[in-house]
Amino acid sequence: MNLESSETSDLQIVAVKEARIDAAVAIRFKDRMRELTATGAPHVVLDLGEVDFMDSSGLGAIVAAMKQLGATRRLDLAALRPNVEKVFRLTRMDSVFTIHDDIAQAHAIYADG
Amino acid sequence: MPDRFRLVFTGTALAVRAALKELIATLAAEGRDDYLRSTTEIVLGEVLNNIVEHAYGPDRQGEVELCCERGQDALWFTIRDHGAPMPGLCLPPGRPAPVDGARQDLPEGGFGWFLVHRLADDLEYCRDAGCNRLRFAIPYRRNPEMNARGPVAE
Repeated sequence: MNLESSETSDLQIVAVKEARIDAAVAIRFKDRMRELTATGAPHVVLDLGEVDFMDSSGLGAIVAAMKQLGATRRLDLAALRPNVEKVFRLTRMDSVFTIHDDIAQAHAIYADG
Repeated sequence: MPDRFRLVFTGTALAVRAALKELIATLAAEGRDDYLRSTTEIVLGEVLNNIVEHAYGPDRQGEVELCCERGQDALWFTIRDHGAPMPGLCLPPGRPAPVDGARQDLPEGGFGWFLVHRLADDLEYCRDAGCNRLRFAIPYRRNPEMNARGPVAE
């Protein structure tokens, strides 16, 4: 599971460098997210711009990654492609997360904020 | 193009990936639109991974057979496996997972059957001679997702 993390003082961006977050990788995704976000910025944004398919296991793993951050830190999402956006919308999970059009938008909101 | 698409594969998460890839590539080669391809991939992903995780489970492996027939208004799928039967010999109901509670109480699962019920029609499950058979239709178009084009002509 290839995830790339970059961090400024207030914002950590985790970019998923995979085309799929599905049942085959959901547990590894959740574990990698736990390692990458163990300490750090109050805002974490998951960049899904390279992900063109996510199933319910992948959705569950993203929810788990958000819960792992605890009560005070936030996980937002950015750059959802149509198939991924569709699963968030149908399950109404799009109402749970703040979703940014792209990473630039997340930066504009959180960086130096 | 053949009327019927059939794949048999071993029930593992990676084999499901490969099967979905082949199925979606076939639909793309036939000129099927984004709606049908993405809906098919979501529904088949849930149904097939459910077989891997629950019918067969971590200690068993077996074959999964996927058949797809092109109907006038829908793709008709029949999926067979030789794993454990559905609990109570019926399909899980597919209620939407609650999203209104506290963040720490949000569900991490239970989305799969909801998606299947939401996107597929005429779901029919039966257990026969040690075999699970699930049949359903994926309509070429569904109203809320409708775009400018009409149904795909055969």
